[in-house]
Amino acid sequence: MEKMPKWADVILTPLISLVLAMAISALVILAIGESPLEALSVMVEGALGSSYGWGFTLYYATNFIFTGLAVAVAYHASLFNIGGEGQAAMGGLGVALALLYLPLPHWGLALPVAMLAAALFGAAWAFIPAILQAKRGSHIVITTIMFNFIAAAALNYILVSLLRPVGSMDPASARFPAETNLPSLSEILASVGILWGRNTPANVTFLVAVLACILVWLLIWRTRLGFEIRALGRSERGAIYAGISPVRITVIAMLISGGLAGMMAINNVMGEAGRLVLNAVEGAGFIGIAVALMGRNHPFGIFLAALLFGFLYQGGGELALWTSIPRELIVVIQALVILFTGALDNMVRMPLERLFLAARRSRGGA
Amino acid sequence: MRATGQATGGRPDAAAPAAIELRGISKAFGAVQANRNIDLRVPRGTIHGIIGENGAGKSTLMSILYGFYKPDAGEILVGGKPVTIPDSQAAIRAGIGMVFQHFKLVQNFTVLENIILGAEDGGLLRPSLSKARGVLKKLAAEYQLNVDPDATIDELSVGHQQRVEILKALYRQADILILDEPTGVLTPAEADHLFRILEGLRDEGKTIILITHKLREIMEITDNVSVMRRGEMVASVQTSQTSPEELAELMVGRKVLLNVEKAPARPQAPVLEVRDLTMVDDEGVERLRGISLNIRAGEILGIAGVSGNGQTQLLEILGGYPEKGARVTGEVRMNGRPLPLTGRGCDSGQRRREGVGHIPEDRQVEGLIMDFKAWENVAFGWQDAPEFQRGLLMDNDAIRRDAQAKMERFDVRPRDCHLAARNFSGGNQQKIVVAREIERNPDLLLIGQPTRGVDIGAIEFIHKQIVALRDAGKAILLVSVELDEILSLADRIAVMFDGRIMGERLPSETTTGELGLLMAGVTDTTNIPESAGIPPGQAHVEELPEGSA
Repeated sequence: MEKMPKWADVILTPLISLVLAMAISALVILAIGESPLEALSVMVEGALGSSYGWGFTLYYATNFIFTGLAVAVAYHASLFNIGGEGQAAMGGLGVALALLYLPLPHWGLALPVAMLAAALFGAAWAFIPAILQAKRGSHIVITTIMFNFIAAAALNYILVSLLRPVGSMDPASARFPAETNLPSLSEILASVGILWGRNTPANVTFLVAVLACILVWLLIWRTRLGFEIRALGRSERGAIYAGISPVRITVIAMLISGGLAGMMAINNVMGEAGRLVLNAVEGAGFIGIAVALMGRNHPFGIFLAALLFGFLYQGGGELALWTSIPRELIVVIQALVILFTGALDNMVRMPLERLFLAARRSRGGA
Repeated sequence: MRATGQATGGRPDAAAPAAIELRGISKAFGAVQANRNIDLRVPRGTIHGIIGENGAGKSTLMSILYGFYKPDAGEILVGGKPVTIPDSQAAIRAGIGMVFQHFKLVQNFTVLENIILGAEDGGLLRPSLSKARGVLKKLAAEYQLNVDPDATIDELSVGHQQRVEILKALYRQADILILDEPTGVLTPAEADHLFRILEGLRDEGKTIILITHKLREIMEITDNVSVMRRGEMVASVQTSQTSPEELAELMVGRKVLLNVEKAPARPQAPVLEVRDLTMVDDEGVERLRGISLNIRAGEILGIAGVSGNGQTQLLEILGGYPEKGARVTGEVRMNGRPLPLTGRGCDSGQRRREGVGHIPEDRQVEGLIMDFKAWENVAFGWQDAPEFQRGLLMDNDAIRRDAQAKMERFDVRPRDCHLAARNFSGGNQQKIVVAREIERNPDLLLIGQPTRGVDIGAIEFIHKQIVALRDAGKAILLVSVELDEILSLADRIAVMFDGRIMGERLPSETTTGELGLLMAGVTDTTNIPESAGIPPGQAHVEELPEGSA
């Protein structure tokens, strides 16, 4: 017996969580003597009020789609991949190496090569925790967290000591060749005569991200591999009974997860920065966890949740720019949203379920 | 067997307040009415059986009595006084004790520690422990409830663990003891001993409510019996005034065949040959000790035994998935070809391709993915079957059609393949598993506990399907802890004890008494007592290795 209708489960619950998070954020803003309404209007105006704002919102959302999908694929195998941050960083290294050292005369060629490199590097970084989990039972949460630190330290070393061009003071790689620059969304739209989002970082990767959502959906719900991943995630003993190898599926799910996280690099490293800089991921790997939680590990939900977090990022930036609300408070607001939509999900869900049950009973009794 | 005591003979003084009385108890979960207007009167000093199919509402009713659920309507009277039982603490205060089907004991605590757990008298343990030790000694003497108070739970056999549960309730001064399916994990001898304990408790004036689905137990030990069906209490009668047939009919609402109709087996060529199969688990414990058996096409070999004597390991090895770290030696041949027992080629997918079907012991953990829809579960284990593929994707439409057809043929209700497996009743869940494995037409079908937690109507149906598969010339290995099931289905019976086959018998030439002794590890069955019970001199054989895991 379903406790409540599906729409209430997937839409109403996160929506109420969101409203609660906003209400508490409003109280915090009130407490420091600012107007919550004004803050909200600045955020909405800044993130969604213009094609310029949208350009940034979509750029951030693209990052979060990749990292959110990464978390979701692993989650379906009941693996909690906290390592999106490190895998995305390694994906960036893969992109940088490919673009700097391979002769790629056109972005149309550079994009698939960079995607492949990003996915390979991200997957490789997920492979070690995966095999440790599958063969040795080392908990994947612990190992992936530690691999985030290792990735950060390794990239630090590589950028400063190996990739930094001679004479540069900046711990970053050289610029990628201009012909590999990805077209931005505004350029694509301009080519069909639409003026949209000039000077924004949203680029063709957004379309790749949408495609990734569709492919992940197909993978999870339409392929045998997805069937096996979901079966393992629900019951390991069941999986063994059904002839599904937990070792094999654990490793494959983590490779796909790491690959997706790594692919984020084509958005931020290749599409936006045009070079590999220190800390290029900027926490998107962790936001991916919240996005996947809020999106209930479904690609469509992840798409919507990524848009929301893109809005929060861009709107938060605007808030810092146009009001005297300190930057730190924006982090507080984002954290509240994560707390309510992700961690405190059951706080809203359970009363809601009771409400629906009561409603059904009174209907049934009538 | 029945007590002949004065007030205990099931004919209590009608004027005296009942130990427990329920009036008009109702409880609904969503649209499901688990209990509807239940009336129940349990006189003091009687053993009262509650019997019913799975999902009839027995467990819900007892959960209400123990404070786990709040009834939607109705009242509870204990000793004639109305009480409300909001939680288990209140139930204990009202003198109600509960022995659950799955024991709630801390494995690495001693018996004493478990008994005072939650009933400590103060911050310091020592006074409570020594008080409990005294009480325990008294209880042990009074009711034959002997348990070593300083043994840790994991050293005890299942029968003894159950005694600890009973002692826990008595230590909390329970006057009313509820036992939920207490004999499911016991040997016949242990079950007999339990019944002696229960009779002793009754004769001391305690009231006992026994929830079970075993008609034989009801007939043997209860004074009164109440039958539940679909959330309603359909009858309450004196046990002496009824018969197993009548009770079975009341439970399902129609006549059922308790015995399976089947023609004599016509065994043909051997399908499965097992020689000297030995298995040592990763802790170095020998779980199988030189198992040899064979099954021919067209016959059912039944494996009887108390659970935990190696049956699970045998099924897993034959099914292609010995537990991690296990060392397996010996030889298994199927249709003359050796089956790999370790390494590559030893996985359940490969076994399926070789014609081995498997209805696992635990459908909720192995046989089904409870969150998967019914149609997904029909593909479960067969996810690489060619007819379920369409290019790179799975042909979900084909799977759904297949599932719908199977659910039709096996009368799975509700017949909605889009429902998650957990939304079906136990019997219907099992029918999904049985349909999936039988309809693949395997040469060898491994079956573990086919009807555990399954209602009588479904049991009958599943038994018929198993016999039909046999008659189609397939080999069947049937593992069950239900002796009745083994006796009525199997063409030959092998009894397992402590990883060994104690002996093989023909169902027509053996008795439950003899099988019970074999199950308890006694090889010399020449001198079988009248009942299934153990003669006093052999009481030690009930120490089973069950708890040694």
